[in-house]
Amino acid sequence: MSNVKLQKEEVQPSVPKAPKKKKSQWLEVWRRLVKNKAAMVGLAIMLILIFSAIFADFIAPYGYDEQVLTNRFKSPSSEHLFGTDNFGRDIFSRIVYGSRISLRVGIISVAIAALCGGSLGAVAGYYGGKLDNVIMRMMDILLAIPGIILAISIVAALGPELRNVMIAVGIGGIPGFARIVRASVLSIREQEFIEAAKAVGANDFRIISKHIIPNSMAPIIVQATMGVAGAILSTAGLSFIGLGIQPPIPEWGAMLSTGRDYIRDYWHMTTFPGVAIMITIFALNLLGDGLRDALDPRLKS
Amino acid sequence: MHRYIFRRLLLMLPVMIGVTFIVFTMMYFTPGDPARIMLGESAPEDAVQRLREDMGLNDPFLMQFGRYVTNVARGDFGRSYTQRRPVATMIIDRFPTTLKLATWGVIVSIVIGIPTGIISATKQYSLFDNVSMVLALVGVSMPNFWQGLMMIIIFALNLRWFPASGFTTWKHIVLPAITLGTSSAAQITRMTRSSMLEVIRQDYIRTARAKGQVESVVINQHALKNALIPVVTVIGLSFGGLLGGAVLTESIFSIPGVGSLMIQAIRQRDYPVVQGGVLFIALSFSLVNLLVDILYAFIDPRIKAQYK
Repeated sequence: MSNVKLQKEEVQPSVPKAPKKKKSQWLEVWRRLVKNKAAMVGLAIMLILIFSAIFADFIAPYGYDEQVLTNRFKSPSSEHLFGTDNFGRDIFSRIVYGSRISLRVGIISVAIAALCGGSLGAVAGYYGGKLDNVIMRMMDILLAIPGIILAISIVAALGPELRNVMIAVGIGGIPGFARIVRASVLSIREQEFIEAAKAVGANDFRIISKHIIPNSMAPIIVQATMGVAGAILSTAGLSFIGLGIQPPIPEWGAMLSTGRDYIRDYWHMTTFPGVAIMITIFALNLLGDGLRDALDPRLKS
Repeated sequence: MHRYIFRRLLLMLPVMIGVTFIVFTMMYFTPGDPARIMLGESAPEDAVQRLREDMGLNDPFLMQFGRYVTNVARGDFGRSYTQRRPVATMIIDRFPTTLKLATWGVIVSIVIGIPTGIISATKQYSLFDNVSMVLALVGVSMPNFWQGLMMIIIFALNLRWFPASGFTTWKHIVLPAITLGTSSAAQITRMTRSSMLEVIRQDYIRTARAKGQVESVVINQHALKNALIPVVTVIGLSFGGLLGGAVLTESIFSIPGVGSLMIQAIRQRDYPVVQGGVLFIALSFSLVNLLVDILYAFIDPRIKAQYK
C-alpha cells in the first residue's frame, strides 16, 4: 500500500502541468483510477478496513473473547455500539477483530488461486497442444462443481479449520485464473517482443515470468480484486453452515450463524456482522470495476 | 444440430468421470472409518473388520473407485451410512424441491434483471440508471444468507406477511426465491445494460431508426434479440451459483432440499450422501449449460448455421 501512496504524491503535483511524454504505464493507470470517484470510495473503505485489521488492538474497545455474562444480549448503546452477544461479548469489537480473519482468508486464498491457476494457465497457453488440452479439461472438471459446493466438500474432507478453509476457497478460484491467464498468454505469445526474447536466447521460464506475465497483469489484478470479494463471501458462507472458522474466533459468517439462533429476539446480533461483510464486498466490487476501467481504457466508451 | 448435441453429451462424460474422481478421492482420504461410523463406537472390532471386508473397503483405491464409477453409471450411488437407504432415492426425493427453488430464483432474477437492464441502457446516466446500478452493486455484494435472515426479521417476524420456514404453499416460496435470485438479478441487470448499450450503437439500429421505425420496436425487436446472447450465458452460469446458493438458502429457511440433506450428511459423516449430492448438482449444472448452448442456436441463427 505504501507504494500506492507514494505514487499519489508523485502524480498530484504533475496534474496541472503539461503532460510529460514518457510516463510509467502504472502511473497512467493510477491517474485514471484516481479520476474514478466510485473506485476511490472503494479504495478508501478498503484502506480503513486494512487499518482496522492492523490496529484492532487499539480500535476495539473490548477484547474479542471478553465475556461478561451479566451483560448478555444488550441492545446497541453508547457503551456497546453494536450491542453484545449471547456471551456478553461486544459485537463491535468482534467485528473489528473479524476484519483480520476475513482479509487474511481473502488474500491468502486468492494468492493460492492466482499462483496455481496462473501457472497452469500460463503453461497451457504458452505450450498449447496436448498439455493445453489436458490442463483446460482439468479446469472444466473443477468448473462443473459450483464453487461453494466444491468448498463445502473440500472442507468436509479436510476438517473445518482456518487453514483448510483457505485451501478450499483457493482451489475453487483456480479455474478462473487459469482461464484468464491462458487467454492473455495466447494473445501475447505471438507478439514481436516475445520473438525478440527468443532470438536473444531467453529460456521458456524467463519468457513466461519476465515477459508474458507482466504484460498480462491487467486482467489478473481485476480477477484478484473480485476474487478477494468472492473468497470473503464463501468463507462467511462456510462458517455460516458451521464448516468454516470455529468459535471463539470472531469470523463474520460465524457470528451470523450464532446470531441466527437468537433472531426472534435480538436483531442486532445478525444485522451488524452482515453489514460488515456487505460493505467489504461492495468496496472491493467498486475498486474492481474501477481497476478494470483504468487498466483497459478501450473498454470504456 | 443433433450431432452437435450428441457430441456435447459425449464430451460431458469425461468431465463427469473427473468430477466423480475428485469427489471420491476427497471422501476416501477423509479421516474416519465408514464401517465404524455405520456400526457405532461401541461395536466389537471383528464386526467392524467383517463389514469392511463386505463393503470392499480393504480393496485397493483404484478398484474401489472403479466399482463406484460403474455403480454410479448404473444409477447406484451406494447406501447412506446412517439411514441405510439408497442414496439415489434419498436425493431424488429431495431434488424436485431444490430444482423448484432454483427455478423460482432464476425467474425472479430474469423478471427483475432484464427489464431493469433495458431501461437503464435506454436511459443511460438518468436517475433510474444511476439508482439501479448502485442497487445492482449492492445486490452483488450482499451475502445471500444474510439477506435471507434480514428478510425473515422484517417480513416474517415483524410484518408477518410470509412464513419464516418450510416449503409447502406459494407463500413459503416468496422469501427464499428472492433471497436466492437477488445476486443473479443484479448480475443480469449489469450484463443486460452493458450488452444493450453496445448493440444500440450498431449501424443496423441506426438504420432501423432512420427508416422511421417506432422506438419501442427498435428496442424490443432489433436491439433486444442481439443483446440477449451474452445475457443468456450469464443466466446459464448463474444457475450453477443458484444451485450452490440453494444449499445456504435451504439451510436458512429449513427447506428439505438436496442442500440441507448434504449439510446434514456432512455433520453425520455420511459420505455416500455427500458424494451423491455433489455429483448430482454437478450433473444438473452441466446439463443446464448444455441447454443454454443449444438455446443460443435458437437466438442466434449465425451459430445455428455452423452446425448444419
